[in-house]
Amino acid sequence: MALDTGATAWILAATALVMIMTPGVGFFYGGLVRRKNLISMITLSFVAFALVSIQWVLAGYSLAFGPDIGGFIGGLQYLGLNNVGMDPGPYSTAIPGLLYMVFQLVFATVTMAIVTSGFAERIKFSAYLVFALLWTTIVYDPLAHWVWGGGWAAQFGAIDFAGGTVVHISSGFAALALALVIGKRVGFGKYAMEPNNIPLTILGAALLWFGWFGFNAGSALGANGLAAQAFVNTNIAAAAGAMAWMLISWLHGKPSSLGFVSGAIAGLVAITPGCGYVTPMGALIIGIIGGAVCYGMLLFRIRNGLDESLDAWAIHGMGGLWGALATGIFAVVAVNGASGLIEGNVHQFVANAVGAFAALIYAFVVTYVLAVIIDKTIGLRVTEEEEYVGLDISQHGERC
Amino acid sequence: MKMVKAIIKPERFEFVKKALEDKGFVSMTTTEVKGRGEQKGITLEYRGGLMTVDFLPKLQIEIVVKDKDLDSLLSTLIESARTGKIGDGKIFVLPVEKSIRIRTGETEG
Repeated sequence: MALDTGATAWILAATALVMIMTPGVGFFYGGLVRRKNLISMITLSFVAFALVSIQWVLAGYSLAFGPDIGGFIGGLQYLGLNNVGMDPGPYSTAIPGLLYMVFQLVFATVTMAIVTSGFAERIKFSAYLVFALLWTTIVYDPLAHWVWGGGWAAQFGAIDFAGGTVVHISSGFAALALALVIGKRVGFGKYAMEPNNIPLTILGAALLWFGWFGFNAGSALGANGLAAQAFVNTNIAAAAGAMAWMLISWLHGKPSSLGFVSGAIAGLVAITPGCGYVTPMGALIIGIIGGAVCYGMLLFRIRNGLDESLDAWAIHGMGGLWGALATGIFAVVAVNGASGLIEGNVHQFVANAVGAFAALIYAFVVTYVLAVIIDKTIGLRVTEEEEYVGLDISQHGERC
Repeated sequence: MKMVKAIIKPERFEFVKKALEDKGFVSMTTTEVKGRGEQKGITLEYRGGLMTVDFLPKLQIEIVVKDKDLDSLLSTLIESARTGKIGDGKIFVLPVEKSIRIRTGETEG
């Protein structure tokens, strides 16, 4: 089939939109840490972009999207972008194979960036490089294959429009596993660790919201009505999540800007798997509940003294889980051919729940084991003195 | 009257502030400063080299008290700021000639 120039133009632009999300996560996280770790935090995200970019073209794309092997992983036919060219196919008849590959690349990079929450302000940079390379290869690539590459989750009928399971559940629960292995920051729970630059975090959130239009509407893989539907749903859920979190947190104190932007991210995460399956009113409900659920999870984490430092677990992990279940509830056949619980289809809900929990367990367990192995061999954590002076100086020799 | 200048570890400030409040020392001025002592900061060891971070962030607290309250203030500061590790900081005591409340012109000393 002939290449669709409209679709190709849109997906090229959408890919660039999603690219800004990876440094965007860095700015979002960077504002939340102490000043001595600001450069480190942004660098972890930006380095994830470059490192995963290279991994993806060498092997990652093939492992995720190569011909299916047992429903678990892709074959090696696309190593080094062999057989990936300017002609359309095999995943879309409208856009070049290379464009599909690079659109998927920017998803892999932002996922890695989200994970960096779990070891914020205490990760040894050299260990991070090794971890990131292995994590994206043995956790992200198989998960992407399960859902998008023709693996078992897709065959089982789980629907995930733009990557709630692959991107958000996986990164959120990976961050939780990492936080458990690496341990709390020195002084956590003993003295205040206040954000050094809230405006920077707000800027990061703005870039994420902006980039998310490419992430979700681009996942329609066409310049069409479905892309518009996903675009509109994305915006509604982000707005609803932001307002919901801010209003609920107001009961506990002031309506903070951090609560507002955290809620926006929670809404965006929650709508990601369902943005191309639900109606705008469904998106509104998903966003509101997403904001409320993630705020509750953040309080739960703090009450339990868990130092999953920047709440990737609360927002991406639990928000992603809610989104996967919500898609199985609110999917409407008129939007994209899939119906959920509200149209009486129990199977869709079950399929999505199974897909989500399988990804959750896989990501948590494999990340935990990987983190322990790296910790026992090269060591995940900096020394106490390096942590005290900050990672900017001790890991990068820079100060801001 | 005396002015007490305490240069402490920033992460101890919450404890110090609470301890001072408990003893009735509420008024104070704080400044974020950078400094070093005899150790000249911290030296980090790497494979193939050393790296010195010579100026570390500290918090400076300035409090003016009547002479009779000085000992209580000093012991509170020492107890609350102390971790026992290098870099806990220093306390200086200076004489104060006069103190004036700007709003009322009220003068002491």
